[in-house]
Amino acid sequence: MPEVNGRWVADMKLPRTPDNEEPAAERARDFRPVDKGFTEEMAVAEASRCMRCKNPLCVDGCPVNINIPAFITQIYNREFGDALDTIRESSMLPAICGRVCPQENQCEGRCIRGRKGDPVAIGQLERFLGDQPELASKPHMMPTNGLKVAVIGSGPSGIACAGELARNGFDVTVFEAFFTGGGVLVYGIPEFRLPKAVVKREIDGLMDLGVKFEYNSVMGRLADAEELLGEKGFDAVYVATGAGLPKFLNIPGENLPNVFFANEYLTRVNLMKANNFPTYDTPTKHGTNVVVFGGGNVAMDAVRTAKRLGADRAIIAYRRTEDEMPARRAELHHAKAEGVEVLPLVSPLEFLKGEDGNVCAVRVQRCELGEPDASGRRRPVPIEGAIEDIPCDVAISAIGTNANPFAKLIGGCELNKWGYIEADEDGRTSNPRIWAGGDIVTGAATVILAMGAGKRAAASITKALAKN
Amino acid sequence: MYKILEKTRFSDKVFKFRIEAPEMAKHAHAGQFLMVRANEYGERVPFTFADWNPEEGWVEFIFMVIGKTTAMLSDLEVGDCIQDVTGPLGHPTEMGEGTWIVIGGGVGLAIAFPVARQLVATGHEVHAIMGARTKDLLLLEEQFRTILDDDHIHITTDDGSYGEQGVVTAPEERLIQAGKADRIFCVGPVPMMKFATLTAQKYGIPIIASLNPIMVDGTGMCGCCRVEIDGETKFACVDGPDFDATKVDWNDLRARQAAYLTEEGQSLKAYEEVRCACQR
Ligand SMILES: Cc1cc2nc3c(=O)[nH]c(=O)nc-3n(C[C@H](O)[C@H](O)[C@H](O)COP(=O)(O)OP(=O)(O)OC[C@H]3O[C@@H](n4cnc5c(N)ncnc54)[C@H](O)[C@@H]3O)c2cc1C
Ligand SMILES: Cc1cc2nc3c(=O)[nH]c(=O)nc-3n(C[C@H](O)[C@H](O)[C@H](O)COP(=O)(O)OP(=O)(O)OC[C@H]3O[C@@H](n4cnc5c(N)ncnc54)[C@H](O)[C@@H]3O)c2cc1C
Ligand code: SF4
Ligand code: SF4
Ligand code: FES
Repeated sequence: MPEVNGRWVADMKLPRTPDNEEPAAERARDFRPVDKGFTEEMAVAEASRCMRCKNPLCVDGCPVNINIPAFITQIYNREFGDALDTIRESSMLPAICGRVCPQENQCEGRCIRGRKGDPVAIGQLERFLGDQPELASKPHMMPTNGLKVAVIGSGPSGIACAGELARNGFDVTVFEAFFTGGGVLVYGIPEFRLPKAVVKREIDGLMDLGVKFEYNSVMGRLADAEELLGEKGFDAVYVATGAGLPKFLNIPGENLPNVFFANEYLTRVNLMKANNFPTYDTPTKHGTNVVVFGGGNVAMDAVRTAKRLGADRAIIAYRRTEDEMPARRAELHHAKAEGVEVLPLVSPLEFLKGEDGNVCAVRVQRCELGEPDASGRRRPVPIEGAIEDIPCDVAISAIGTNANPFAKLIGGCELNKWGYIEADEDGRTSNPRIWAGGDIVTGAATVILAMGAGKRAAASITKALAKN
Repeated sequence: MYKILEKTRFSDKVFKFRIEAPEMAKHAHAGQFLMVRANEYGERVPFTFADWNPEEGWVEFIFMVIGKTTAMLSDLEVGDCIQDVTGPLGHPTEMGEGTWIVIGGGVGLAIAFPVARQLVATGHEVHAIMGARTKDLLLLEEQFRTILDDDHIHITTDDGSYGEQGVVTAPEERLIQAGKADRIFCVGPVPMMKFATLTAQKYGIPIIASLNPIMVDGTGMCGCCRVEIDGETKFACVDGPDFDATKVDWNDLRARQAAYLTEEGQSLKAYEEVRCACQR
């Protein structure tokens, strides 16, 4: 019994509740969600493992400081609506962040129970609540204040900002370049990891709050900040265009047909539904041997997508070792369970052209770990003569992004020398009527950071405009 | 949804749509393009603005039927809607001083026409060289004739069925030699652009090409539209679509354009089967 003399005692013997996964061999054949999420019983059982720390380190680990012991206690007491309200004080997107946060580096990475054994499954508990949005109490709406805000971009940062502003009484319009909302959540992260219905639910929720969405609206071309703030009569602008242009490997053969940037490969499938070609008109390449360069979430998503499109061999090639891969641990484990091969310590030298003119192999340099550098990490150094050709019919590079080129065209505020917008903690830019946040300020980061930036900017906008 | 206000049929395969799009009409420039997704299942495909009117709130594009999307579009009528139209995208064409030759081949003529018209409207002397494989595939002759005098229009067909027999480089070279070219703009099939460029280069005349690689998002996010310019990778949708033609790697462009030929054929065939079944 966890309560002893009215004091909470966590169940220390109970092992961490395992994820509720679909069998790897079956799920790797289609785009169904990999993880079904906790049932109520699983959630309550897992909640009994939390020690309800007086000084909860997990909260420090969460970028938006969700009151984790509080919501876990509420789950234990089966007060699910209250638990969701607790989360919503700090995060607008629990169903999404519960699924995609790199918990092992954040909340769960700091959880005290992780020191000896497994941390509490905070992400899964959060998702369990997020998936029952109907339980939350109705958000408190401020009376309309007659002020108009334009939000550019409907990724996690834009939608968090828009939701918060709508609740604060603003008239909010979101301008989105694509024909649908969600940003990376819809065109980047695949269905099997984040069902598009979950994202749509968030967007629909915003529409219920009165937020207007203008799709097919590429700002900077259709209208810039000056026009929005002038002729169009907006009182403030929040720029959340995300990161942009893919980075190049800068090696020969990079532009050969069937060499992709991960963004293209993922967009064709996630946004344009190329996996259902020819029902949908956009095609893609179903490689038999697919090699993906990179070690982050984007690389994992690309390689697992390749597997689902029918690849016999899907290889993730990374310049360091598995331990250094920035991807969420869960994704790496899932990928391996689904049959993805990991090829550590290689760096690509050249994409080779086959007889048909398409890529047929990639030439790589094998490396080994050298002496630790100044940062204490052992750097990969080339092994002399260890050059190898890996056959492939599709190659994908997933090594990061540069700044979105539209930030400059939207204009109105200062950019740094790499083209990202200069903004402070509250999202304030050099222009008192323009705020910015998410990947266009920080460079490619995470959903929770983008969400948090949107929320803080909304608070700052509310405060600044109330003064006038 | 974007309403079709007017549909003009230039030939069996060439059409012009006027689309209701007030905001776009206010911000369009010659050389920029829009992207269309015909319906929920559609692919995103780019078309250059042919005309626009900010007062009346419409934009126009001209297209030739070559595959599934363009076939599907050609079946739409006035009053029908296109699911998504996004734009303006890309940089406007830079209209430097002097006398211009505008060269268009095949579908490229649809892209060349608004550029020629804009050049004329801004007071440039313009010669148009219109190339086609055969007479029936020559687009927009009448439209060019409304903006240019007959002696400023030069037509070539590969088979000699109309105009002079041969390729666009013959009149191009003659005009250059006659001192009628300070700048050249070209758009069309890759071999045409390549040879037009070599000819211009021979005489040191600046030449720009409007490149048309396959695109997916058109906003610089995916990298599908990449082209090699002077050994550097550029994205046609955000860095172009116009580039200094002397710097373009044509082989690379051609290979990337052809990457989906099999799938495109499959798509068109499936559509035509359904369409025939409906008409029976
Ligand atoms: C494949 C992939 C997997 C990822 N996996 C994870 C993960 O597991 N966990 C995690 O935490 N993070 C992950 N990330 C990172 C995370 O998705 C991003 O950090 C986050 O989405 C950034 O949010 P944002 O709102 O700043 O921008 P985005 O999500 O990029 O949204 C920007 C939006 O703005 C729109 N836009 C751009 N330019 C304009 C314009 N000019 N006018 C109008 N609209 C415009 C775009 O179309 C887009 O919809 C992943 C990223 C990718 C690509
Ligand atoms: C910047 C730009 C401006 C253009 N302007 C015009 C125009 O004004 N009028 C016009 O008729 N055509 C124009 N095009 C070409 C037009 O986009 C293609 O004809 C169209 O995509 C064909 O689609 P489809 O489904 O009918 O044919 P498909 O059978 O799909 O393709 C036929 C050929 O068209 C090209 N193509 C296919 N899909 C795409 C795509 N998503 N993006 C770009 N090219 C593709 C490929 O080279 C392909 O081999 C332009 C292209 C670009 C890049
Ligand atoms: S938002 Fe992310 S880091 Fe914070 S508690 Fe939830 S899963 Fe953990
Ligand atoms: S650190 Fe772990 S055990 Fe402690 S409150 Fe947070 S989740 Fe519970
Ligand atoms: S079409 Fe995607 S980057 Fe140009």
